[in-house]
Amino acid sequence: MFDIFMIHTWIASTIIAVTAGILGFFVVLRRSAFAAHALPLATFPGAAAAQLLGIQPLWGLMGFVTLAVVLLHQLQKLGRKDVAAGLVLVTLLAVGSLLLSMTNTYAPAVFSLLFGQVLGISAADLWPVATIASLVLIGAMSLYRPLLLQSAFPELAISRGISAGVIDIIFLGLLGLVTAMAMPVVGALLVFSLLIAPAAAAQSLSARPLQALVLAVMFSVGMMWLAIALSFWTNWPIGFFVGTMGALLFTSARMFRYIRHRWFSTALPTTMKNSSMKLILAAQPGEA
Amino acid sequence: MLTWLAHILHWSFLDSGSVQTALLVGGSAAVVCAVIGVFTILRGYAFAGHALGDVSSAGGSASFLLGISPLAGFLGIAGIAAVSLEFLGVRRAREQDVATGIVLGAGIGLSALFLYLDTTTTNTTGTAVTVMFGSMFTFPASLRLPAMMTAAAALVMMAILYRPLLLSMVDPELATTRGISTRWVGLLHLLTLAAAVALAALSVGAVLASALVIGPAGAAVRISRRPGVAILLAMLLGLTAVWCGIWMAYESYYWFAGRAWPVSFFVVTIIFLSYLTSVPLQYVRRRRFVRAMPMAAYAGG
Repeated sequence: MFDIFMIHTWIASTIIAVTAGILGFFVVLRRSAFAAHALPLATFPGAAAAQLLGIQPLWGLMGFVTLAVVLLHQLQKLGRKDVAAGLVLVTLLAVGSLLLSMTNTYAPAVFSLLFGQVLGISAADLWPVATIASLVLIGAMSLYRPLLLQSAFPELAISRGISAGVIDIIFLGLLGLVTAMAMPVVGALLVFSLLIAPAAAAQSLSARPLQALVLAVMFSVGMMWLAIALSFWTNWPIGFFVGTMGALLFTSARMFRYIRHRWFSTALPTTMKNSSMKLILAAQPGEA
Repeated sequence: MLTWLAHILHWSFLDSGSVQTALLVGGSAAVVCAVIGVFTILRGYAFAGHALGDVSSAGGSASFLLGISPLAGFLGIAGIAAVSLEFLGVRRAREQDVATGIVLGAGIGLSALFLYLDTTTTNTTGTAVTVMFGSMFTFPASLRLPAMMTAAAALVMMAILYRPLLLSMVDPELATTRGISTRWVGLLHLLTLAAAVALAALSVGAVLASALVIGPAGAAVRISRRPGVAILLAMLLGLTAVWCGIWMAYESYYWFAGRAWPVSFFVVTIIFLSYLTSVPLQYVRRRRFVRAMPMAAYAGG
């Protein structure tokens, strides 16, 4: 399992899991699970388009993810956010099914694009993963405070001169980058599980932003490693392990919280809103 | 050009049995999805509706393993997913997003496993494509009756739920005093939604099923604020998209030199374009009929 050809898999998936854990924290906080589900699937035609045009797959993915982010942002401004996300998703996915039907590797390509090909990563695949991951991490870290404020208190953020529209498009852009990076490795459907489940479990265990963030990254990396190991032993697809383990993790975190509250009469953790408020106010005593 | 016209004029495509089945099954999916879609949009359940479609792909892929009808597979798993959504607290606004996401992730994981087992244990190829993106022209004629029965059952259910569901959306407290259990009404709505999604998943594919549920209804809700009118409009849009899509896919064989384009691509594209068209229409309507109390229309039924 730790053979030389598996080294790249371990490195790439760890980087992806860390990035997904951090960004997932904001996805859950902002309740943009639908956007996080829509973007990877809307990027799906990118790989097929690249194959048809004979360019690097990554450029195809980047092109479609940009298109998806712009469409999503514009349509969400015009009407119901969930309807917009759903329609962008299905439309680009349908374009993807058309493009794939034009290439000759239809069925196997569909399966690996949707569910990932984690056991076939080469050294050359590592560079784009590492570059994009560091870009996303720098972006998320430098925007940590405004992103947190805007996610928890949109009105307060406006009064501090943080534009909701700008934050939204930056957030979608970061999400898009993670998507384009992770999709060839873990598949369009698996990116979503990695984004939601660890962060949701972490936020139901801790209400302190930084603690929840660290917990989310730990859950995400742990889940990824276990999923690769299980997938290696059983030969079953990695998406199965990540999806079901995510659901298990979330329900056990909820049960743990419930039992702690009910049997040991510990107060339920204060909401993320309250504690991020404290954090923001504590950091800027002069302004508060 | 002349050959196209000839095809359009004598409608040769209606003679084919598989086209008739596709028109019938796809059409009933469009009608049922339109009725349920309007309520789904108004309740803010678009994500849940989409998730039910994606999750039902696990049922579609399992049906190939078990050798049962794909419709039964889609229906079974979508029903289980609807109950799990309710159990995880999809009705509470704070929990909705995450609860839906967790059910969606688990369902997709199962689907990955079943599709993998399909390719390793059976001789079927292209199961992933059939389940995910649909294949309307390959329906057996034996599918007509169960599909129509599912559609009829869902429509009857919606007729029963129509007033209690509207009331519990507009004024949950009033609904409770009138003896309506919002919990049961919510669960029954989700189960009916699951039936509609299963039909849509069968027609346009599991990952594209939500196009039929949220697309026509989303456009209709923008154009009319009366639920009854919105439902009729959504039916019209949905039926147009599905039937035109089937016809265009059939004809595309002649347009693109013997290489037909997928039906689902045409259906989804028409739906997306009709949604985009509804955006300017909404502003025209607003300027002409300014209503101070938008929800008054719903309260009046």
